[in-house]
Amino acid sequence: MAITMTKGQAGLTGNSAIAYAMKQINPDVCPAYPITPSTAVIEEFASYVADGAVTTELITVESEHSAMSACIGAAAAGARVMTATSSQGLALMWEMLYIASGMRLPIILTDVNRALSAPINIHCDHSDSMGARDSGWIQLYSETVQEAYDNLIQAVRIAEDETVQLPVMVCLDGFITSHAIENITLLSDEEVQGFVGEYNAKTTLLDIDHPVTMGAMSLPENYIDFKFQQSEAIARSKDTVLKVAEDFEKRFGRKYGLFEGYRLEDAEIAIVILNSAAGTTKVAVDELRKKGLKAGLLRPRLFRPFPFKELAEALKDKKAIAVLDRADSMNGFGGPVFNELRSALYDVPKRPKVVSRIYGLGGRDYKVKDAIAVFEELKTIAETGMVDTLQKYITI
Amino acid sequence: MATLKELSKQNELLTGGHRLCSGCGIPPIVRLVLRAAGGPVVATTATGCLEVGTTIYPYTAWRIPWIHSAFENAAATISGIETAYRALKKKGKLPGGDRDIKFIAFGGDGGTYDIGLQALSGALERGHNFLYLCYDNGAYMNTGIQRSSATPFFSNTTTSPAGEVIPGKQEWRKDLTRIVAAHNIPYAAQASPHNWADLSRKAEKALRIQGPTFMNVMSPCPLGWYTKPEDSIKWAKLSVDTCYWPLYEIEDGILKITYKPKEKKPLEEWLKPQGRFKHLLKPENRNLLDKFQARVDLEWQRLLDLDGKRI
Repeated sequence: MAITMTKGQAGLTGNSAIAYAMKQINPDVCPAYPITPSTAVIEEFASYVADGAVTTELITVESEHSAMSACIGAAAAGARVMTATSSQGLALMWEMLYIASGMRLPIILTDVNRALSAPINIHCDHSDSMGARDSGWIQLYSETVQEAYDNLIQAVRIAEDETVQLPVMVCLDGFITSHAIENITLLSDEEVQGFVGEYNAKTTLLDIDHPVTMGAMSLPENYIDFKFQQSEAIARSKDTVLKVAEDFEKRFGRKYGLFEGYRLEDAEIAIVILNSAAGTTKVAVDELRKKGLKAGLLRPRLFRPFPFKELAEALKDKKAIAVLDRADSMNGFGGPVFNELRSALYDVPKRPKVVSRIYGLGGRDYKVKDAIAVFEELKTIAETGMVDTLQKYITI
Repeated sequence: MATLKELSKQNELLTGGHRLCSGCGIPPIVRLVLRAAGGPVVATTATGCLEVGTTIYPYTAWRIPWIHSAFENAAATISGIETAYRALKKKGKLPGGDRDIKFIAFGGDGGTYDIGLQALSGALERGHNFLYLCYDNGAYMNTGIQRSSATPFFSNTTTSPAGEVIPGKQEWRKDLTRIVAAHNIPYAAQASPHNWADLSRKAEKALRIQGPTFMNVMSPCPLGWYTKPEDSIKWAKLSVDTCYWPLYEIEDGILKITYKPKEKKPLEEWLKPQGRFKHLLKPENRNLLDKFQARVDLEWQRLLDLDGKRI
C-alpha cells in the first residue's frame, strides 16, 4: 500500500501505521493469522511482502496458536520475528505467550485491543491484553496512532536488548485507534533501520556446528531458578524501556517515559487510564481546570513490568484517584490497573483514596461527560475523605 | 542406502543414556531417521515420551540442534524454524555459511493424530520443507496410557478401560496416513522399526524430497502394551505381518505397498501377547475378536485394491 507523505507527515490509521512500521523494520519472519480489528495490519503487510517492499517471509498460519508457535520456532532459529493479533487470537496464543517469554525470545506482537467473548464483540476493551498480563511479556500501551508507531519501533530494541531478551506486546485500542486516521510523523526507512539495528541472535537452532537443546524439561531442581532469572529480566527491562525512549527522543525528538502525566503535578484529584480514553479525559481535565478544579491525568505507557515506584511517586500527594479500567478482573474487587496501582500506593506516607471505575467494555463510548462525572465524584471524596463506592461500572 | 554395517559405524545423533523405557520403539526409530538425513538436521519434538525422555535439564541426548515448545504445535514450530532458515539464507546470515539443512518434527500419536492435527494440516498445506514423523504407540503413553484416536479397536487404556460393561475402546482408529495423503503432499509413508531397511529407505526419500513429507511409524510400548521389553521388535513385526500396520508409501499420489507378507498371520497372534487386549481372549468376547479381524481384513483389502494406483 502506497503511503502519501508530505514532509514526513501522513494521515494513517493505527493499523496502517503499525504495518508501515513493520515494513520499515523489515523483520525476517512474520507468522500471522487475521482477526478483527487487527486484520488490516496483516493485510497491508502482506501487500508489502507481495510487492517486494520487504524481504520478510510471511507465514499465513492456520490459527493464532500456530502463529505464536511459528514465532517461537523462527525466533529460536535466530530470526527477528513480528506478528499482530486481537482478542480471541491473543487468548488462543495464551499457552504459547508463556513459552515465548520463558524461552527468552524477543518476539514483537501488536495487540489491537478488543473485548473477549462471551458475548462475542469486536470492539475495544483491554480484556485481551490484561488476560496476558502475567505471561511474562513486556506491555506497552499507546494513546494515539503516533505513539503506537513509535512504540513498535522502540519495542524491537527493548526486546532484543542483551539484558532483557523478552517478548514485547504493543497495545492500541481496537477501532478507536486502529481504524481512525490521524496525521502522524513518520521516520524514514533509514532512520528506522538505524534505530533498530541489525539483529544477530547469540544462540540459534541454525548454528549446526554448535548444537543447542532448547525447551528441555525442567524439574523442581531448577525450574524456579529459570523463573527467577526471567523475573529479574522483566524487572530490569524498565530501565531499558527508558534508555531506548531516551535514544528515540535524542534522534527523533519525541519523548516517551514509563507513563504520561497530564496537568498532574499540582493536581489534587486524578484519573489513571490507559490508551485512547486518555485523550477524552484530557479534554475533561482542561474543562475542569477552567473551572478551577485541580484535576489531572496519569496514563501508564509501560504496564509490564509495572513501574510501581514511579507511579506511587507521581501520585503520592493526590487526595483522590480513580483508576479507570477497560477490563474487569472478575474478582469482585475492581479492574487490573486499579488493583496494582492501589497496591503500589500502600507504602506512601499519606495514602490517597483510590477507587475503581470500569468503563467502556466491548466498545461502549466513554465521553468527556463520563470523565467529568468521575472527577466530580473524586472532588467529593477529596473534600470529605470518605469513599462512598469503592468500585463500580460507569458508562452503563 | 547405507548398509547395516555402515550405519553401525556412524555417530549416534541421539545418544544413549536417555531415559526412555527399555524396549521402547522410539529411540531406534529416531536414530534411523536422523542417520538417513545424511547431513545437518534440526529437529523439534512435541511434548511426550521422546521430549521428556531425552532432555531432562541439564542433560540432553540430542547432538543436533533441537527444540521443544509445546504439545500441539510441533508442525507449527518447525514451520517457523524452516521459514527462518529460508529468510536468513536469503540474507546470507546463516551461522557457519550457506548449508543445506533438513528439518524434522517428531510427535507421538497423541501429539499428531489428536491435539496436533490442526497444526500438522496447516504446515502440510503451506508446503514447508520438512519431514513430520509420528511415532505411533497407540495411546498417551507418557501420561499413563490414556486413549488417543490412534488407539487400536477394543484396546484397554486408562481412559477406555476394559470394564464389566464396555470392553475397551469402542472406536476404530483414525487413519491418519490417509488424512495426511489427502493434503496431496509429495510423500507419505508407514513404516515399522523391525524393518530397518524399509524405514531407512523411506526416511532418506522423505528427507530428500522437497516439500512436506510424512512418516507414520509403529512404535512398540512395553508399558502401554503390557509386553516384555525384549519382545518389542517381534511385536512390531507381527503388527505388519497381521496387516494391522501395513507398510506402504504414497509418492506423488501413487500408492505402493512396500511389504506384502507371504502369509498373512491371524490378528490374534499379535493381540495375544499384549496385556491391553487380554479381555479379547475371553471366550465370551470371541465376537469382538472376529469384528476386529474383519475390519483389519477390510482395510488391508482396500489397500491392496489401491496398490500401484493413483489415489
